[in-house]
Amino acid sequence: MTATLDAAGRLGAGEGGTARFFRTPIRPGRIVMWTLLFLGGITMVMPIVFMLSTSLKYPHEVFDLSLIPQEPTLENYIYVLEDGRFFRWFINSLLIATATTLSCVFFDSLVGYVLCKFKFRGRYIIFIAILSTLMIPTEMLVIPWYLMAQSFGWLDTYWGIMFPGMMTAFGTFLMKQFFETVPDDFLEAARIDGMNEFQIWWSIAMPLVTPALSALAIFIFLGNWTAFIWPLIVTTDSNLYTLPVGLTTFSVEQQIDWELIMTGASLATIPTLLVFLFFQRYIIRGVVLAGLKG
Amino acid sequence: MLAQDRNRQIDRPATHRVWRTVGFPIWLYLSWYRSRTIRQKRVVWAWTFLSVPLLFYVVIRFYPTADAFWLSLHDWNLLSDMEWAGMSNFGRLAADPEFWQVFWNTFQYLLLGTPISLVIAFTIAYYLDQVRFMHGFIRALYFLPFLTTAVAMAWVWRWFYQPVPVGVFNNILAELGIAQQPFLRSTSQALPSVLAPAIWAGLGFQVIIFLAGLRAIPQSYYEAARIDGVSRLTILWEITIPLLKPTIVFLVVFSSIGFLRIFDHVFNMTTNDPGGPLNSTEPLVLMIYDTAFNGFQMGYAAAQTVVLFLVLLVVSLIQLRILRDR
Repeated sequence: MTATLDAAGRLGAGEGGTARFFRTPIRPGRIVMWTLLFLGGITMVMPIVFMLSTSLKYPHEVFDLSLIPQEPTLENYIYVLEDGRFFRWFINSLLIATATTLSCVFFDSLVGYVLCKFKFRGRYIIFIAILSTLMIPTEMLVIPWYLMAQSFGWLDTYWGIMFPGMMTAFGTFLMKQFFETVPDDFLEAARIDGMNEFQIWWSIAMPLVTPALSALAIFIFLGNWTAFIWPLIVTTDSNLYTLPVGLTTFSVEQQIDWELIMTGASLATIPTLLVFLFFQRYIIRGVVLAGLKG
Repeated sequence: MLAQDRNRQIDRPATHRVWRTVGFPIWLYLSWYRSRTIRQKRVVWAWTFLSVPLLFYVVIRFYPTADAFWLSLHDWNLLSDMEWAGMSNFGRLAADPEFWQVFWNTFQYLLLGTPISLVIAFTIAYYLDQVRFMHGFIRALYFLPFLTTAVAMAWVWRWFYQPVPVGVFNNILAELGIAQQPFLRSTSQALPSVLAPAIWAGLGFQVIIFLAGLRAIPQSYYEAARIDGVSRLTILWEITIPLLKPTIVFLVVFSSIGFLRIFDHVFNMTTNDPGGPLNSTEPLVLMIYDTAFNGFQMGYAAAQTVVLFLVLLVVSLIQLRILRDR
């Protein structure tokens, strides 16, 4: 697809599109438009703000709709964290998402690179075969995966949660697209210098596609961090729950203690929000890259 | 004597045993590799790189796909032996009123979710594209929900929907003097109520993609239109939307697949009666989950996954067909 980012790969404001054409002196209409957009944006984050503010409230204040707690308290967080399970689930999610992301970044780019830069018989068939797995919804595979995990004894293990996502066809396709932009001359020069194929891929080709790698990593990490159905199926031991599965269990237990449920939800959300605040530009660029090329 | 020998063997480093078994094949492989030509060596490298991924795709993707189709032709509850059932699972589905309810629910998620979310996202992106003051900040506000965990947000929205004095929405309605709404407790309102957070969470992604698409439209088209004195609405209809078609096609297909596979929100917002009330929110994926992992009817559940696969395939193909032609 045809998405052009500016020279720095950013989606800066007003570089193109309708912006320049419509750039006019400030008129009431534009102020109204800006205000509506701004209010819309505020409305969009309201659920998150409500969640965070309620997590800081005492039970008797929960029914009060004010956004700023009268007497802010960390009681709920202390209660939830003292339970200990949340910390465990957090670590589980972090481990699983990190390991899967590393594996995907490694293997997806390796396969993408091979399919892009090596000429050999069967290349096209392999590419089509990998691409065709995109048409199969995960939900169709969970039953066979479950049976497989059961017969290999992978139920209730980290590997059991991770194995279906160790490689993705989406990532392979994305990386193949990006390796097209790496000139063959670079690789040929390295080959003449006596590097072996692995070294060429790792130290010449990979550094040239770092934007794509970070885009892929963001997507895969986010996908695994929020993944729900497969971890729900494959784990029955509360020690191995990921954060989303744990949060479901926890929330069902709490029933009507909404401030505790909101605390749990906040704990699951805050890490990604923090990461976003620091890497906003990269994340948005990554999502655009992955979305449009993938 | 014998005992001593045995001990001596145990004392040897563990790597010795490993090398004794894999050393020879590795040596064979390397010496064979050395005798290849440069061109052949590259092919060997390619297949070496592909070996682990290919194994993965065969074992974790292709085999399970085939297995799902195979299972759908059997009756199996995990304990007894698998029994050949032919097409009877599909016949049973067709005769099951719950399935048709679920089928219709799934399409409701699609038919409501995709158009509503795309229209909202396009409107936001279209105007946001023209805004320069605090552009990045406003864009971040719209994008933020995309980074949330569906499970966490499902519980937040579930709280919003509670009756007074707990729920936020009903409290607001009460302040405004409007009648209380049952939301998740009513068979007619539950499905849109579950859909709302799903649309909300996906909006940021669509806005970002639309913004990138808008930015990719060459400036010269707008300039030409301006010289011709064309109105803004005409520019929107005749230039912006046609040139945005690749983006629109991508988002329609991508979000449709998402809505047809909705699960996390439904499961978490109706935990006391998954898919309830009276199955009015139950999507196909939840039915699959329920049949397979609560009912342990693996064959029947596999048949449902085959239906899901066909639905996704047919819907995507129809959308691509219609949108590409226009």
